[in-house]
Amino acid sequence: MKELSLNILDIAMNSVKAGADTIKIILTETGDIFKMSVEDNGCGMKEDFLKTVTDPFSTTRTTRKVGMGIPLLKLAAEQTGGSLSIKSRHESEYPENHGTVTEAVFNKNTVDFTPLGDVISTVVTLIQGSPGIRWIFSHKTPKGEVSLDTDELKAILGDVPLNNPEVLTWIGDYLKEAYEEIK
Amino acid sequence: MKSLAELAAIKEKMQSRVVLREGSGEIRVVVGMATCGIAAGARPVLNAFVEEVSKAGLSGKVMVTQTGCIGICQYEPVVEVFEAGKDKVTYVKMTAEKAKEVVEKHLKGGRVIEEYTISNV
Repeated sequence: MKELSLNILDIAMNSVKAGADTIKIILTETGDIFKMSVEDNGCGMKEDFLKTVTDPFSTTRTTRKVGMGIPLLKLAAEQTGGSLSIKSRHESEYPENHGTVTEAVFNKNTVDFTPLGDVISTVVTLIQGSPGIRWIFSHKTPKGEVSLDTDELKAILGDVPLNNPEVLTWIGDYLKEAYEEIK
Repeated sequence: MKSLAELAAIKEKMQSRVVLREGSGEIRVVVGMATCGIAAGARPVLNAFVEEVSKAGLSGKVMVTQTGCIGICQYEPVVEVFEAGKDKVTYVKMTAEKAKEVVEKHLKGGRVIEEYTISNV
């Protein structure tokens, strides 16, 4: 992937596929460390599947027997000296609090760090595709925080859907301005 | 700073247009957004469709949605256009520029751009 934000989009798609109704994307920058985590309350993974998810020959897709999403993220993290961790609780064992947390840690100050890229576009794309999900986005840097919770927007929008084109444009512009503030 | 009041204004505007939304989804544009599609550049293609459909005033008629892997990863970004009573059109190796053209010529003008379809690769 050319941008880390594309990995984030890809990983969050797994959460959508897992039937989550709340998905949190949390980015934290402190010193040389860039941490991203995608947390969902989807169906989760069973332990034996969890053990194989970093293997490209493990996938949930049905059109092909290869899944590159997690292995690509793992590679992107490890090539900076960072790491990837996935914690998951499957709904069969945890009917009340199932879900998955995928966390990748990167060392920003290496030539092999993939730039974050257009994360705003990633957030807008996710909301466009799954407006029924509660999306919580937060990006903390030493200069401040950019955050968005679609539940707050829904409270104002009522029955106008989040994927209405004008609403999506507003969300994009809102995030752009929020990023300007912490530039 | 962008204000939430603007969002409330969008809501007011949309609610007054409810009637116009009838018949939504006459044409369905489906963008492949699995790992293969994303890596090949599906995100700007999707966003171009959303933006251009809105700009062209086609939001009432055209629905832009996302799907997983369609199974022809080597041709990603792949976009399928479904229209009632017509054959499915599969556009391959899409870009944001091509998406803009598809909105203009195909979705608005009703002419399939054959050179971007899978039968022409």
